[in-house]
Amino acid sequence: MTTSDPPPLGWIVLFLKFVSLVALLLVVVISADAQESPYFVTYDHYLEEPGSLEVEYFSTFGTQRGASDFNAYWMEFEYGATAWWTTELYLDGQTTFGDSTLFTGFRWENRLRLLKSEHIINPVLYVEYEQINEADKIIKEVEGHDVEADHAVPNAELRQGHSHELELKLLLSSTHNGWNFAINPLAVKNLTGGDPWEFGYAIGASRPLALKASANKCNFCRENFIAGIEMYGGLGDRHSFGLNETSHYFAPVIAWNLPSSWTLRLSPGFGLNDNSHQFLLRWGVSREFSGFGATMARLFGGR
Amino acid sequence: MTANAWIRSIIGLAVVALPSISAAQNEHPAKPPDSLYAELAKAPKKAAARRNPLETDAEAPVAGGKLYAQHCAECHGENAEGGKKGPSLRVPDVQQATPGALFWLLTNGVVRKGMPVWSKLPDAQRWQLVTYIKSLGTGS
Repeated sequence: MTTSDPPPLGWIVLFLKFVSLVALLLVVVISADAQESPYFVTYDHYLEEPGSLEVEYFSTFGTQRGASDFNAYWMEFEYGATAWWTTELYLDGQTTFGDSTLFTGFRWENRLRLLKSEHIINPVLYVEYEQINEADKIIKEVEGHDVEADHAVPNAELRQGHSHELELKLLLSSTHNGWNFAINPLAVKNLTGGDPWEFGYAIGASRPLALKASANKCNFCRENFIAGIEMYGGLGDRHSFGLNETSHYFAPVIAWNLPSSWTLRLSPGFGLNDNSHQFLLRWGVSREFSGFGATMARLFGGR
Repeated sequence: MTANAWIRSIIGLAVVALPSISAAQNEHPAKPPDSLYAELAKAPKKAAARRNPLETDAEAPVAGGKLYAQHCAECHGENAEGGKKGPSLRVPDVQQATPGALFWLLTNGVVRKGMPVWSKLPDAQRWQLVTYIKSLGTGS
């Protein structure tokens, strides 16, 4: 470090000020009720409402053969920039029991709606940049030859490996009679090494427990619950495309959309082969805030 | 990568992203909301001719009002009188539109002009919303 560099504490204070500013803004903007999908890995074609910010916390507990179990977690800040563009920042971390806790990196995700109106199948382009280390265990997607044994290495060793990845997905989704069906083929390229393109998939189906809204404002109305299933896994890479040495998961999912604008999600996931973690328990809590964009626009000199 | 480098990356990302987001947010007020009314006329004949299956459902306007407050009031105003981002729904263009045309617009949105698609709400809920909107009339 040179003498002109600010001290580490200064950066932390600056970061805390930024977080405080965001927290303050969240207090003054209005909360909005959401109809959030229950998926953890699969994406449907619905974007965040324009001007709304959704703040989300997710957690994944995973069993690990040959090493300690872990709990990985991430924060998401999902913003509806326009009706056709949603942008999202992820901050990832994990705790491996009996080992350590560490911050594992960030992701910047963008989803772009390609067609202006609804069709039988609705495509959305997903572009994500990831700057994470190899200790990242959130398993937000499975790609290439990702297997359980990758996570059996101690954190001190895993954190030495860094990747700058570009991840592309085509989100194909259809909603009919209350049912949503989605399939997400994905391709990932590590920009730092000579690794080949890696591939994977996620598919999901979900439906609200009731299609009509009740006249009363209620927490436990059936229409507030959306249940479904999802399945995801790797498909190898450019040199070895297929199911050989890949991991796959099946997971029931449920979301509870509360009228107070909070959403709770829960999903027990099960590994489908010997390369997969045997069990993943995911849960998440999120809250949507409308008016965030207008507040930011005023703050930065907009109208 | 050190903790400092991580924090620098995050702050840098925020600095780049926030003005872009602000700029994107300003797309909507610059456009006259009235142009959205013209979209109703674009409903295909078959869609515009659809009847509201919940037209006579006594609960539909109340349930639709609840849905309106949850999903629509932010842009169109608490009483549908119009807001900064969404036009009034009490004007003749909307009130004289067929239920089918309103349902079609809710389903497809006007994505390029800031109105999201609402097909994530089941058909029955969108018809409840249509019932509520039609019940408003043109009064203030």
